[in-house]
Amino acid sequence: MRTRLPLLPPAHRSRVALGMTAAAAEGRFELQRCAACDAVQYPPRETCHRCLSDRLHWQLVGGGGELISHTSVLHSHDPYFRERVPWRLGLVKLDCGPVLVVHLHGDVAPAPQRLRVGAWLDRAGTAVLVGLPEKDVPNMADDRQLRELTCDPKFRKVLVTDGKTAVGQALVSALAQAGADLIWVGHSEPWKHVAGLAAVANLPQVTLLPLDVTNARSVAETAAEIGAKVDILVNTAEFHRAQGIASRHGTEVARAEMDVNYFGLLRLAQEFGPAMRARAADGPTSATAWVNLLSIFALSNFPAHGTFSASKAAALSLAQCLRAEMQPAGLRVINLFPGPIDDEWNQLLPPPKIAPAAIAKAVIAALRDGVEDVYPGDVAEEWRARFRDNPKVLERELAAS
Amino acid sequence: MTARAPYAGVAIAVPVTEPYVRYSIRSAHWFVASVLAKLLQQSGLEKLAIDGLCVSSFLLAPDSAVGLTQNLGMSPRWLDHVPMGGASAVVALRRAARAVQAGDADVVACIAGDTNHVDSFRATLGNFSQFARDAVYPYGAGGPNASFAFLTDYYMRTTGAQRADFGKLCVAQRDNALSNPLALFKQRLTLEQYLVARPIAVPLHLYDCVMPCAGGEGVLVMSTDRAQSLRLPYVNLLGAIERHNAYPEDPIQMRGGWAVDRDDLYAQAGLGPADMDLLELYDDYPVINAMQLEDLGFCAKGEAPQFIRKNTFTTTGTMPLNTSGGQLSVGQAGAAGGYLGLVEAVRQLTGQPLGEAVPNARHALVSGFGMINYDRGLCSGALVLSRGDA
Ligand SMILES: [Zn+2]
Repeated sequence: MRTRLPLLPPAHRSRVALGMTAAAAEGRFELQRCAACDAVQYPPRETCHRCLSDRLHWQLVGGGGELISHTSVLHSHDPYFRERVPWRLGLVKLDCGPVLVVHLHGDVAPAPQRLRVGAWLDRAGTAVLVGLPEKDVPNMADDRQLRELTCDPKFRKVLVTDGKTAVGQALVSALAQAGADLIWVGHSEPWKHVAGLAAVANLPQVTLLPLDVTNARSVAETAAEIGAKVDILVNTAEFHRAQGIASRHGTEVARAEMDVNYFGLLRLAQEFGPAMRARAADGPTSATAWVNLLSIFALSNFPAHGTFSASKAAALSLAQCLRAEMQPAGLRVINLFPGPIDDEWNQLLPPPKIAPAAIAKAVIAALRDGVEDVYPGDVAEEWRARFRDNPKVLERELAAS
Repeated sequence: MTARAPYAGVAIAVPVTEPYVRYSIRSAHWFVASVLAKLLQQSGLEKLAIDGLCVSSFLLAPDSAVGLTQNLGMSPRWLDHVPMGGASAVVALRRAARAVQAGDADVVACIAGDTNHVDSFRATLGNFSQFARDAVYPYGAGGPNASFAFLTDYYMRTTGAQRADFGKLCVAQRDNALSNPLALFKQRLTLEQYLVARPIAVPLHLYDCVMPCAGGEGVLVMSTDRAQSLRLPYVNLLGAIERHNAYPEDPIQMRGGWAVDRDDLYAQAGLGPADMDLLELYDDYPVINAMQLEDLGFCAKGEAPQFIRKNTFTTTGTMPLNTSGGQLSVGQAGAAGGYLGLVEAVRQLTGQPLGEAVPNARHALVSGFGMINYDRGLCSGALVLSRGDA
């Protein structure tokens, strides 16, 4: 097979069509529903095809439908698909009304056939529809077309930047279980004994390596050693202290938070970004994803952890920049927005708190489902809902809590 | 509904073609201009005598028919731009005929022309429509191939049509093309070659798809009096229909707008399917031929496969179909593809065919179909034409 240039599927969409992308980025399949007459419509448009109302809302819809017809395209005018034919497409009548052109999973039997449809982000980061078998089949995620849309860690090489934390260790275990070929695990102070790290280091897939995200040389050396092999980078490095502004003197703690949470991401992005972008078109085991451990506090400041919130807000902004720069290569940047994690830095916070293992599970699911913004756990879900509902009200609620 | 007024007194004359080429470095404007020049040359009219202009072209942008008036040095008192792809000729003719009847124009030049650069087909696909850009192009479908593959798959499954049935139409049209000096495909096609050709989008194979090319077509529309005084052989327009976005509730396009309006068409023409001596059906894929045979009343719904097995479709055989070879054998010159059948029908009915003549041709049916906006073609139409002395 000839070396692939980082070709992407056609990414241009009208503004109204990007509503489907916004939902798919968070793992939801939404179509436009008319508030006036309840019609569901697709392709997206700015008024209702039935009653002409413009009160259209993107709403979750059921993916059930019937495959009316299908084809396997062997000749495409598009350079991305030209390299990937044969390519299976289906025409689906969704139970809720509209007719959809979908990418068709290889295990969906010929029409007529029941199936389910979902929206996924493609390599260009834009939502596309996929027809899947009505019920799960073995090794469903291995489908060649589906794998173009996902970042499944199976068969891939992963760097977890910090294995000292509970979240880092949970992620390493989960990645190993998910079939990652090789997992490099960074630890910033190799001479220090860290609880749990030995157990992780004993996994056959794992290689420990020194990595300190606050040290430019350390990041550069690690990138020089393994940067050209990393398919998925999971940045778990995090510095977290409680307190806001008034209860602390000086800027030392805030600087340390920024140095890990913001500058650490920047250093990693500068050193690992170029090599990963260059390898994004390497076929089924290409460089594929970059995962950032952010915080729900990145959306709105939690004064009790005020400087930490600020560093995560800075990291979120930088991660959006990273996503924009990775997109042309087809690399997905996944941001995690957990609520308080059940670790030593949140001991004083009352439950519910999210367990490190739950975060790890959410990361694996996001990689497999091609999602780019993840709000794991009930707390994160609720904060997101409050933020969506009214960010100003949330600011007051957080100030009072 | 108000009864459709007849197209009495309208003549369609001077069928011209700017010969097709696979690729051209010329612009669409050049093809339109060269068709106009041929219309003038063959009618003997001065350019300023053409006081109506109707243009169809995919690749005129950023210009439209408006810019062409200055480009071509014309001052028409009636101007239209019909961006309806394969339905352009039918729609243009309906409008031009009414303009002539009403006295809004004396002589209307109806012209379609398009160029084809090496990359223009792909570029056109990406910008074809908002729905195509949002909901088809990102799937690698690359234009109408996938849409017609869906339809062909469904049609075969529900009617029992075989690839050989579609192949028979393609082979017959190729036979018809062999006597047409302007057809881009000049070699005989066998059913065996059709069946073993490489797949493009299953179940479509190579010879089910048209080849994009450059070229132009045109006719003049005027009163029969004017045509007679100019001593131009002409045809009469007996009936005409158009319909857009027919049957939107159908989950897949198994019928087109023809089925809605065909009774009107035949009533207006005072003729029926059995009276047609030749069919010029829009043929970007053979399944569309089959659908039109049904929707235009030549056989019952779903029975085109049997109808195909019973006829030869060759110019001198039974049910002569696409007698110049159709787009499948002549090539698809963008919007001019919508005019190919009209121009050929006028040639046949006025006794000036480029290739073999349909014996004693008196009536022709010409159809149009165009604009795969998302999952189906939105525009459909048809004309019934008769020999001028009929
Ligand atoms: Zn409505």
